[in-house]
Amino acid sequence: MRPRLMAILAALVLLFLTGAGTASAAVVGAAPATGHHPAALTAAGDQSLKGTLRGPDGKPVSGVKITAEQKGQTVGSATSNAEGQWQIPLPGPGEFNLKLDVSTLPKGVQTRDKGGEVLEAVVVAPQQQRTVIFPLISTSQPQQAKPGAAPQSTSGPGQTGDQNQSGATAEGGEGVSLSRVLQLVVEGLKLGAIIAITAVGLSLIFGTTRLINFAHGELVTIGAVVAFWISTDPGNVPLVLAGVAALVVGGLLAGGLDLGLWRPMRRRGTGLIQMFIISIGLSLFLRYLILVLFSGRREKYAQYALQPAMQLGPITITPRDLIVTLASFAILVLVAVLLQRTRMGKAARAVADNKDLAEASGIDVDRVILSIWIIGGGLAALGGVFYGVTQGAVYWDMGFNLLLLMFAGVILGGLGSAYGAMVGSIIVGLVSQLSNLWFPPSLQNAWALLVLIIVLLVRPQGILGRAERAG
Amino acid sequence: MNFMDVLSNALRGAFGAEAAIYALAAVGLNLHFGFTGLLNFGHVGFMLVGAYGVAVSVSTWGLSLWVGLLIGIGCSIVLALILGIPTLRLRGDYLAIATIAGAEVLRYFYRSDWAAPITGGVYGLRQFANEFFALNPYSSNLELGPLLFSARNLWVMTVGWSLVVLTSLLVYLLVHSPWGRVLRAVREDELAARSLGKNVYAYKMQSLVLGGVIGGLAGALIAIATQSVNPDNFNPAVTFYLWAIMILGGASRILGPILGSIIFWFLATFLDSFLRNATASGLISPDVISGPDVGALRFVFVGLCLLLLMIYRPAGILGDPKELRLDVR
Repeated sequence: MRPRLMAILAALVLLFLTGAGTASAAVVGAAPATGHHPAALTAAGDQSLKGTLRGPDGKPVSGVKITAEQKGQTVGSATSNAEGQWQIPLPGPGEFNLKLDVSTLPKGVQTRDKGGEVLEAVVVAPQQQRTVIFPLISTSQPQQAKPGAAPQSTSGPGQTGDQNQSGATAEGGEGVSLSRVLQLVVEGLKLGAIIAITAVGLSLIFGTTRLINFAHGELVTIGAVVAFWISTDPGNVPLVLAGVAALVVGGLLAGGLDLGLWRPMRRRGTGLIQMFIISIGLSLFLRYLILVLFSGRREKYAQYALQPAMQLGPITITPRDLIVTLASFAILVLVAVLLQRTRMGKAARAVADNKDLAEASGIDVDRVILSIWIIGGGLAALGGVFYGVTQGAVYWDMGFNLLLLMFAGVILGGLGSAYGAMVGSIIVGLVSQLSNLWFPPSLQNAWALLVLIIVLLVRPQGILGRAERAG
Repeated sequence: MNFMDVLSNALRGAFGAEAAIYALAAVGLNLHFGFTGLLNFGHVGFMLVGAYGVAVSVSTWGLSLWVGLLIGIGCSIVLALILGIPTLRLRGDYLAIATIAGAEVLRYFYRSDWAAPITGGVYGLRQFANEFFALNPYSSNLELGPLLFSARNLWVMTVGWSLVVLTSLLVYLLVHSPWGRVLRAVREDELAARSLGKNVYAYKMQSLVLGGVIGGLAGALIAIATQSVNPDNFNPAVTFYLWAIMILGGASRILGPILGSIIFWFLATFLDSFLRNATASGLISPDVISGPDVGALRFVFVGLCLLLLMIYRPAGILGDPKELRLDVR
C-alpha cells in the first residue's frame, strides 16, 4: 500500500506545486454567482453580452468591433480577442441593439444573414451573461435573408467549441440540483454509449491479438467523415443511409488493414511493442491524411443539425440525441447477443481466452480475428457518425480525442473483455459529464483520464478483468 | 523553384535550435525506452512541466530564471514519481497508456480557466527569458555560405547542442556502469533480473526520473528559446516526433537520438520547404496542395516514417538488431 499512498501524496504535491490546485482554490472561493461556465474574459459587471466569433473555417475571428446600444445611445463596445471572444459589460438589464462593425471583419468573411450585422432587441435579464451569435460565412457563399424575429442565442458554451450542450442551463449560478444531475446523467449515458460502441472493437482486438490498436480513433474519424461526404452535396443521401455506408466502409477498411498489414506482421512473428508502434505510425499517417483531404474545418451534418429539444420530465433532450443513445444501447445489446449466441461469437471469446487452445480445437483463428477487425472497425465508424451527430461537429482529430476516452473505458473495464469495455466506457462518459457539476467543462476529459490512472493504481486488471498478473 | 533555398532551409533545420531541443528530449526518451524498455508515450508531459516551471516562476512569481529551471526539474521528478509508482509494476503497455493519458491530463489542467491566473490558460505566458539572452556572448549574426543564423539563435543552439553532448556523455557513462548493465538486463528480461535479486522496480523508477529530468530540461529550453509557452504546443504529437527521431537514429545507441534528430529535421524541413517552394513557384498546382496542407503533410511523413521503419528496420540507422529485442512476452 505504501507506494500507492506515496503516489497519491505526490499527485497532490504536483497539483499544488504547479498551481492548478491553488488556482482552483482561489477561483472556487471567489466564484461569482453568475457564469458557471467561466469565460476566458472576466465578467466586469452583473450583466453582459458576450460571444465568440468564428469564421467559416471554424477559426476564431479577432479584431472585430461590436457595439451595444440602448435607446439610440451607445452603452458599451468590445473588440474580439485572439480567441474570437468578446464581452460587453452592460449598465443594467434591458433591451439592447447589437451592432457588428462590418468594416472590421477580415477579408473574405461576411455575416450569414443579410443585415445580420445588427441584432435588434436583445433582452438581457438581471444578472444574465447572455451569449449572442453572429453567424459568419465566406464571401463566396450567398447571404441568406434575415430570419424573422429575435436573434439566435444560446446559453451554453456550445459555440466556444465545448461539447457540453446542456440546454437547461439558461441562467448561471445554479448549484447541484436534482434536475441538473439527471440531465448530466443522460448526457453521460449518451457519451458513454458512444464510447462503448467504438471501444468494443478496440477491446476485442486486444483480446484476440494482444495488439493495442492506436489507429482505432482514426476509424472513428473516417466513419464520421465518410458519412459527412455522402450526406452532403452533391449526393445528399439521407444521414441514416450515410451512417450505414460509414459502417461498411469502416468495416472494409479495418478488414483490409488486418489482411494487408496485421496478418503478415503476425505471421512474421513481429513483437507486440513493435506492432504497437506501427499502429501509432499508422494513426499519425491516417489522421493527417484526413486533415489534408477533409481540411481543418469543423463541419456539421446538414441533416438533424437544429432540432428543438423535447422535455421529458426533468430532462431536456433533442429527439436526435435520444435516438442516437437508444440506438447505441441497442447495438451494445446486439453485440452481446452475437458474442453469447452465435458460433462466431463463441469462437471469438474462445480465441480471446486462449488462442492456442482455440486453434487446437479446430477454430480458424485467422478468420475469427479478421471478422473481429471487420466488426470492430464498422462499429468504430458508426460510433464516429453518432459522435459527430450528437456533438454537432465533424473534424479531423475527433477520433483521436475520443481515443483516450476509449482507452480509459477499456482499461477501466478490463483490457480484452467486451463487456468490460462497455461498462468502463459508460462510467467514463458519466464521470466526464458529471464532473461539470463542480468543475469547468474544459476539464471534463481530464477527469475521465484521471479515473483511468486511479484505476491502474487500485485495480489494474479493471472492473471485469480477470485477476491475472498484469505486470 | 529555388533549390538552394530549400537545401539551406533544410540544413538550418537539421542543426537549428529545434533539432537540438528534440535531440535532448530524445536522449531522455532513449534512456527510458532504449536502455530500460519503458514504453513512455507521454514524454511531452515532462517537457510541459519543465517549460512551465521556468515560465511560471519568472512571469507569475517573479523569481529568477535559474530558480525557475530548478523548479521545472523538480516538477519533472515529481511527475515521474506520479506516473511511475502506479504503472511501473504493470505490463509495459499499461505504462504507455498511463503516460499518454497523464500528459494529456496535464495539458488540460494547464490550459484550463482554473489554472489561468498562474499558467495564463490558453494564452500561455510570454517574455520571461530575458535573463538568458542577456548572457548571449554572440553579438553578430553568423553567415556560412547560404546559411544564416541570428545571434540569438546561435546562442540557443550553442546551449542546446552542449546540453545534448553533456547528457549523452552522462548517459554513456551511466549505461556502461554496473547500474546501466542492470538497466539493460531489466530491458532484456525483467524476470531474470528479478531472480538475480535486483530490485527491478527501483531501477525502472530511477531511469524514469532521470529520463524525465532530461525531458524537462528540453521543455525548459523550448520555453526559453521561443520566449513563450502555450499548453497546446505540448500535444501528444510531440511525443510521436520524439519516438520517430529515436527509432530513426537507433534506440539504445548513444548517438541514436542525435543522428535521428538531425536527419529527421533535415527531412522534415526539406519536405516542408520543398512543398512551399514548389506550390509558390507553380511547380505543384495550388489545387493539389494548398498552404495549410503542407504542415499536415509533414505529419503524414512522420507517420509513414515510423510505420515503415518499424516494419523494415526497427533497429534504426545505428541500431544493432540483436541488441534491442522489441518483444515483451
